[in-house]
Amino acid sequence: MSKNTYFNIFISFFKIGLFTFGGGYAMMRVMEREFVEKKKWMASKSMLELLAISQSTPGPFAINSATYIGYQQRKFWGAFFATLGVVLPSFFIIILISIFLVTFNENYYLQNTLRGINAGVAVLIFHAWFSLSKSLGVNVLNMTLMTIGFLVSFFIPSFSVIYLIIITAVCAILFGLFIRRGEVK
Amino acid sequence: MIIELIKIFFLFFKIGIFTFGGGYAMIPLIRIDVVNAGYLSLTEVDQFIGIAESTPGPFAINIATFVGYNSLGFMGSIFATLGVVLPSFIIILLIAIFSAKILKAKPIQDALKWINPLTLGMILSAGLSVVIVAVFGGLDGLIAWQADYIGLTIFIVILAISLIFKKVNPILLIIISALFGLIGYSIF
Repeated sequence: MSKNTYFNIFISFFKIGLFTFGGGYAMMRVMEREFVEKKKWMASKSMLELLAISQSTPGPFAINSATYIGYQQRKFWGAFFATLGVVLPSFFIIILISIFLVTFNENYYLQNTLRGINAGVAVLIFHAWFSLSKSLGVNVLNMTLMTIGFLVSFFIPSFSVIYLIIITAVCAILFGLFIRRGEVK
Repeated sequence: MIIELIKIFFLFFKIGIFTFGGGYAMIPLIRIDVVNAGYLSLTEVDQFIGIAESTPGPFAINIATFVGYNSLGFMGSIFATLGVVLPSFIIILLIAIFSAKILKAKPIQDALKWINPLTLGMILSAGLSVVIVAVFGGLDGLIAWQADYIGLTIFIVILAISLIFKKVNPILLIIISALFGLIGYSIF
């Protein structure tokens, strides 16, 4: 694990906050690049754990991951500066927009730029999906669950993620108990 | 003033606690809460959702800062944003403190084994949704094949770059897409 300062942690998450377009999933690729590939603060597997934790706790992925990774690096103040870093870009941008609200929504060139970003950001999501899937491994169980996750969230977007996760977790735990009981016998 | 600040803090604290999964699932809840509390009208909230979609950062933070600033000024934005961030911060801090123990527990390991691929399916769905909206304007556009060819080109170019240069910085890709969008949509 590379050495890091509060300032380092803050800047990393500031960068992530600044470039989070298109929701939390797009930002996973930026995080993976920054923390798994460049800084080697965590393994791909830990990214997945972080994602699972974030999905099953309240709040946006950006905040959850900042607090979690920040804490792992430098305990409480690491968590504090990481979270501050990820929040500040949004905070300042929204305050600027509030001041200049009238012109923002109608700006033709800005809208064009954002349409471009939205098309490109999809690639980042696929990239994150691909590299995380690779770290998980291909087998029947994984493929089945991935298909279920995909189908439910694609075709029934109103079905809350948390219920799907709770149902899956309960099934997994029961299945685990069942298997181990079998082993004991 | 201080009572107003505390009130807005707790409104967003509540929103912070009850928004699971993040993203756009929580928009209905926020819409109702913010309108009922009398901070914004429904039209204003919907107008802001459009803005939030086109600015970086999580929606929860964007709307907290926006509502706070527009109803109580700069201090309002600080209290509202703090309110929405604190629940996640506290809960994740607790999990992080005990994570070594929690994550090693057998039932949690079992659960994660199933949740991880499930989540990856959700990511795939999110990626597909984003590309369908960006290139076809939604599912209806895909079925009728009303493609936005500039958006499609940007998607393919960015995909090609990231397949050829596997280590390319994703931030650079965002900047390239932004430039392509600015030039492409403004000229054609």
